[in-house]
Parts: sequence; structure tokens; C-alpha cells
Amino acid sequence: MSKYVLELEGITKEFPGVKALDNVHFNLKAGEIHALMGENGAGKSTFIKVITGVHSPTNGDMYLNGERVEFNNPKEAKKLGIAAIYQHVTNYPDLSITENIFMGHEKVIKWTRRIKWKEMHKEAKALLESLGSDLDPKTEMGSLSVAQQQIVEIAKSLSSQAKIIIMDEPTAALTHRESEELYKITERLRDEGVAIIFISHRFEDMYRLADRVTVLRDSQYIGSWDVDKIAHDQLIVAMVGREIKQLFPDKKNELGDELLRVEGLGQIGRFKDISFSLKQGEILGITGLVGAGRTELCQALFGIEPYDEGEVYFEGKKQIIKTPNDAMDLGIGYLPEDRQDQSLILQWEISRNISLSALESISKKGWLNTKKENDMAKDLAEKVDVKTNSVFNLANSLSGGNQQKVAVAKLLTTDLKVLIFDEPTKGVDVGAKSAIYQIMVDLAEAGYGIIMISSEMPEVIGLSDRIAVMCEGRVTRFLDKSNASQEVILQAAMSKEINDSKAG
Amino acid sequence: MSTRIVSNIQKFTWKRFFLQWEWMLIALLVIIFTINSNISPYFLNYTSITDATMTFLDKAFIVFPMVMIMIMREIDISVGSTAALSSIVMATLYNAGVPMVIAIVACLLVGALCGFFNGYLLVKYRELSAVIVTLSTMILYRGIAYMILEDRSAGDFPDWFSYFGWGYVGGIPFILCLFVVLAIGFVLLLQKTTIGRRIYAVGSNPKASRFSGVKVDKIKLLVFTLAGLMAAITAIFLTSRMGSTRPNVANMYELDVIAMVALGGISTVGGKGKMLGAVLAVFVIGYLQFGLGLINIPAQMLLIVIGILLIVSVTVTNFRVTRKAPQRKAKKNQAKKVS
Repeated sequence: MSKYVLELEGITKEFPGVKALDNVHFNLKAGEIHALMGENGAGKSTFIKVITGVHSPTNGDMYLNGERVEFNNPKEAKKLGIAAIYQHVTNYPDLSITENIFMGHEKVIKWTRRIKWKEMHKEAKALLESLGSDLDPKTEMGSLSVAQQQIVEIAKSLSSQAKIIIMDEPTAALTHRESEELYKITERLRDEGVAIIFISHRFEDMYRLADRVTVLRDSQYIGSWDVDKIAHDQLIVAMVGREIKQLFPDKKNELGDELLRVEGLGQIGRFKDISFSLKQGEILGITGLVGAGRTELCQALFGIEPYDEGEVYFEGKKQIIKTPNDAMDLGIGYLPEDRQDQSLILQWEISRNISLSALESISKKGWLNTKKENDMAKDLAEKVDVKTNSVFNLANSLSGGNQQKVAVAKLLTTDLKVLIFDEPTKGVDVGAKSAIYQIMVDLAEAGYGIIMISSEMPEVIGLSDRIAVMCEGRVTRFLDKSNASQEVILQAAMSKEINDSKAG
Repeated sequence: MSTRIVSNIQKFTWKRFFLQWEWMLIALLVIIFTINSNISPYFLNYTSITDATMTFLDKAFIVFPMVMIMIMREIDISVGSTAALSSIVMATLYNAGVPMVIAIVACLLVGALCGFFNGYLLVKYRELSAVIVTLSTMILYRGIAYMILEDRSAGDFPDWFSYFGWGYVGGIPFILCLFVVLAIGFVLLLQKTTIGRRIYAVGSNPKASRFSGVKVDKIKLLVFTLAGLMAAITAIFLTSRMGSTRPNVANMYELDVIAMVALGGISTVGGKGKMLGAVLAVFVIGYLQFGLGLINIPAQMLLIVIGILLIVSVTVTNFRVTRKAPQRKAKKNQAKKVS
């Protein structure tokens, strides 16, 4: 028997006109966690789809426990014990946990085909408990948090006796604490002999979990290493193909006058008693656990869901913001968290996307001036360095990082003074990340006031001048760049009561 | 960072120029004209053809706002009832002694109000679907029309009123002149103005539009009100041509209009399609009906032909969209390779 549970040799996958995978090798041992890394568009997804039988490779061989296999469809892969858990959990939100776990392989009485509910609930409960979760299997899937849903997905793959589990960016939507839970579960699975392929953009994940790492770049296999035998810089070079000297650019500008001041802002059931101010050239980081009310606060400032109490002062004058137009007229812009759903129109050209919030400035009495539009789009696309050759390419032809750059370019079309970035580097690869950081620092130095919501600690600490930590709808602590550390932030984000009593 | 040159000049290609659904409709029109004029000597007769144009153009006014509504992923099936109610109000007011001009103004107002009410319901209760809301108002408006006039008819309009339905401007029917002027206006409105661009934005991604400062609710209200107003204009032409009105006029107009819009290449998933296509589709369906009628094809048969035409057009336009998908994917990967 082979020492690897899964081996892939010289896998090539061609789509009409493109090679999505070019001669890729990979091997996986039982009981190991193997990280798969690479920039967006490096071929990771295609690679996973080959393993799970969604795509069949044009060339190359796949061996499972030393035997050559060929999958014609995902079902065959599933039968042989390969399961995948995706970043955007795919499930049936209106059905119960049990139904989700046993979807496709329900336990039935042989002749009458009646479903054995009791037995299924019991087994679901046992599976969840084995993963250290005390969820009731009768709960509706849709009422769970993303983290809980992922645990159910893992239980689902276990219930079908998976020996190889692929996790595609499972931590992308999780908070720090939830990620920690997931790490523990993953380690437990590994100890039980399950082989795990772990895909993530977070280096944290990889260092914490993986035994080995394989890097893909531009559809090609770059190499596999033991995690403790490759230096961080080397790994980045392998992924990006060039060196990134400094992820967080130096920010040395002086702060100017106060732009925005918020006093006692509140929205029923979401956040309460929020006060802060923002100066010209300042980057204010807002962090906290997912659900702490950060996004709600910023969307209230942008007029998406208006605040119920408190005051907003813009450049010293009291203002009322009820709609996004109010906010934009004042000079507040918002970069939404979900660029595909809330910011871009994917089936539109880049130029039309960029101009959408500034149609007034490219029109005369309501008539559009497309030449002006395309000139503006060209200038801004070049300014934020969107990797494309024409402003007429569609937004969905771009990778995640470049889509994000287009979303940033949209903010620069109008005359804004305060920019709110909501998780600006979510799902963005390391190359584009450093580019977005550079843009943010450039903007701050040009006099914009920037509010950045982020769950990624290094980003918050690396970029912000000041940091506001939120917990359960309140700001629990303000930190200066000088005294910020991961420990202090985490403490403030999780233990509201302690801080309250300190403050009181 | 590298300084990349991004092109802002779009090269003209004949392929893209001809890969437009509108050419298909023009071809259809040519085919219909050739076949019909070969089969029937009466088809290419000037009077008969203007006559036919006058009969099918009345409902075509509703096509303009319906295109906008369907681009915004909504639908309005109450337009037929709105037309009936506006027509009844106009006739009843006139018969009660109100001057005709004021009755016409009232007709337009009632139409606009009906449309505004649809829009208001949709904006106020966002979770409701447009099908259900306008189905309810479709029943409601028709009900009010019946309540006002019961099952009687109203008419005896002044002579000049018949000009709308029967008048000519230098040998061209007045209704055709107005339709063409409005068609040019609406084509420009949708393709060249900020409002048009915003309508496409709302249909393509309502949430992103809102986050980009597009006043989604205002635009919806405006367009639905416009639909009501256009239904009232339809009511004026229809009533003028018939000389009298009943509560059951303009029955099923909404379906005819939606059929024209769908044939025009406007996709129900929103954000796609052009005004010009719908305008051409009006003439395709109109002359097809006229031609089939000339060669004595029974009315039932006519429905079958139009039904099949619709199925074909809808599948073909959708096919166009799905066929482009793999190409886009290929481009996507190429773009990544370049980077």
C-alpha cells in the first residue's frame, strides 16, 4: 500500500483557450493537514474541483490509496470518501441540522422507504458532540451562525465516512475565537486519521494548523514544503513570484482638522452610545468580533439603515444622515464588505461600474457623456492599478483583489472627505492586499479621513493611527497605535463587562 | 508599482454590431412583409396597412414603461385595468357634463394615480412581489370600473375627439406620429441619460445601486407612475377609435404588452434588453396579426403562432446569454494570466 492516501501526478486541465492547471503534483498523507496556497486565480479552485470530481482532468493521473482512480462526477468522489467544505456554505437554510447532515443519504426503512427520524436525530447529535458542539439537531440551519453552519458541514462529511476533507477558506467569515474552535476540530479530525486539505489566505491559519504546504501560481505547481522548513518570505515569493518588502506601508503624515465627530450614536438592538472623532489624514481602525455592530454602525453613518439616536457633526456642523445620498453629499463614502453583492455590477464594464455613483459629474442636464465617462474610468483604473487592459472589460473578468480596486476607484469619483472601508481585504490575495494598503495610506496622506473596519488583527494594528474596539454594540476601548497589541484588542473585544467595570 | 496603461477606446467590430437581437427582429419584419405581400395582394395597400397600424398601436404606448419596469426586474400586470378605469372615468365625467378637455386631463390623472399606487405599495412593502401587488390592483381597478359603469357603455364624445383614433398628419396616422416621436424619446432616455443608466443599474444589482447612491425607490415610483400615465394615453386612443367605452375594454392588454416586451429581447432577470428591440417587436407582432388575419387564418391559430414565436424568442435570447458564459470564463482566465 502506498504511503499516501491521495496522489496526483501531472494533472493538467484545459478549458477552451486556457490552461487552468498545468502539470500539477500533489500528495496527501493520512492524518496530516496540508495547506494549499496561492493567489486568487492561481488554480486552487480548479484543482479542488478535479479532486472532488466536478472537473475531469485533461491529462494526468490520480491515485487513491495507491490505486488509480477516475471520477466522472462528484458522487463517485463522495462515495470514495472525499468531501469538500466551501467558504460559502452550501446548504438548505429552511431544513433542520439533521436533514442537512443526511441530505442524500437519509436512513430509511428498507421497504416502506420511511425515514428513521429518531435514529437520524440521535446520530446527528452524536456527530455534533464528537465535534464538541452542543447544537440541537432539530434547529433550523438558517438560524445558525456561519461558524456553526461550518461545524454542521463537517459533521455532514463525517456522516458520509469521509477520509479526505477539503476545506476551502473556512475561516474567511469567522472571527478569531470561532477560528480557534475550527482549528481544534480540524486537529481532532487529523488525530483520528482524516487527511485534510486546507485552503486559506490567512497565513495565521497555515502556521497554526498545517504540517505541509503546497503552493500554486499561475496554474502551475511551484512546490511543496514542510511548514517549519520554509521561511515566511520564501513562501510569499513562491506565491506571488516576487518579493513584497513591506506589507504595511509607512504612514508618516500629520493629522489635520477634525472631519467627523459622532456623539452618543445608537440604533435600537444594534449599537449604543458610540462616540468618536476622525481627523483629516487619520486612519481609524474599528475592530471587534463579527456581530459586534461594526458594520451596522458604519452603514448607519452612510445612511443605509439610519441611526435612532445621537448626533453626527461633519466639519463642525451638525448634520442628519438618512440616506446614502445625504452621506455622499456631505462627503462620506462607503466601501461595502461584500463587493460582489453591494458594490459592483459584475456583468457591467469596469467603466460603467466606476462611474455609477458619479453620474452627475459625467453628464450635462441628464445626458451622459460617454467620452468623459471612459476618460474618468481610465484615469482611476490606472490610479488604483487595476490589472486589466481596457476599461470595457467586464467586472467579473477580474480577480477578487482587482474587483476590490474597482470598488475603491468608485469612491474616488465623487468629492469625498471621509471614506469608510468595510473589511477591505476580505478574500483578497496577498499581492492585491499590499496594493490596497498602499492606496489607503496614499489617500490618508492626501487628506482623507479613513475609517477601516477589519477583523484581521495585523491589518488593524499595522495601518491604524487609532483603534476602536467594539463589543456587543459598544466601543469598549480606544487604543493608540503605540499601545495596541493583539492581546489587548482581543481582551477588549471579548470581555465587555470587565472593561465596563474598569471604566465605571 | 507598475504603471499600467488601461485602454479607454472600444474598437468597433462588425461581429459585435451584428450580434444584436434587434437585427433578428428586423429580419423577422422583412420576412413577415415579404410573405404577407406574396400571399395577399391587400397587404401592401397603403390604406389597409395604416389602418392596421392604428389598431395595434394603442396598447404599444404601454410598452415604453413596461420595458423599464422589466429591466428593473419588476412587472406590472395592472396596466390593462388601469386603461379601462381611466377610460371609464373620462367617459363618465364627460357624460356628466364636464368639458371633454378636462375629462381627458382627469383620465391622465387617474392613470398616473393608479400607477403611483402600484409603485407606492412596492416601495413601501419591499418584501412584496410585483406580480402579486399588481395582480391585486389589476382586479381592484377593473372592479372600480365595473362599479362606476356597471355593465353599460358610455360614449357620444364630441367629434374632434375621434381625431386621436382616426386622424392623420400629412397622410400619416396621428397615432403613428406620436408613437414614433415617443419611441425616439424613450430610446434616447434609456440609452443616453443618467435615468436610463440608473434603471439598468437597479435591474442588474439593486443593492449595489443603493450603496452607490442611486435613489432606487424614487426611480421605481417614477417608472410605475409613468406606466399608469401611458395606460391612460392608451385609453384615450382606444376610446377615441371605438367611439364608446365599457368596463371590459383593454382586457388582456397587459399580456399583449408583456409579450411585445419579451419578444423585444428584454430578459426577465433584469438589467438586459433595449427599448429599440421592444419597439420593433410591437410592429412584428402587429403586422403578423394583421397578415394572418388577411389570409383568413382563424383567431385561435393566431394565438398559437404568437405563442410559439414567444417561446422561440425567449429561449433564443436566453441561449445567447448562456452561450456567452464560457467565453467570459475563458477571458477571465486569460486576464489572470496576463496579470
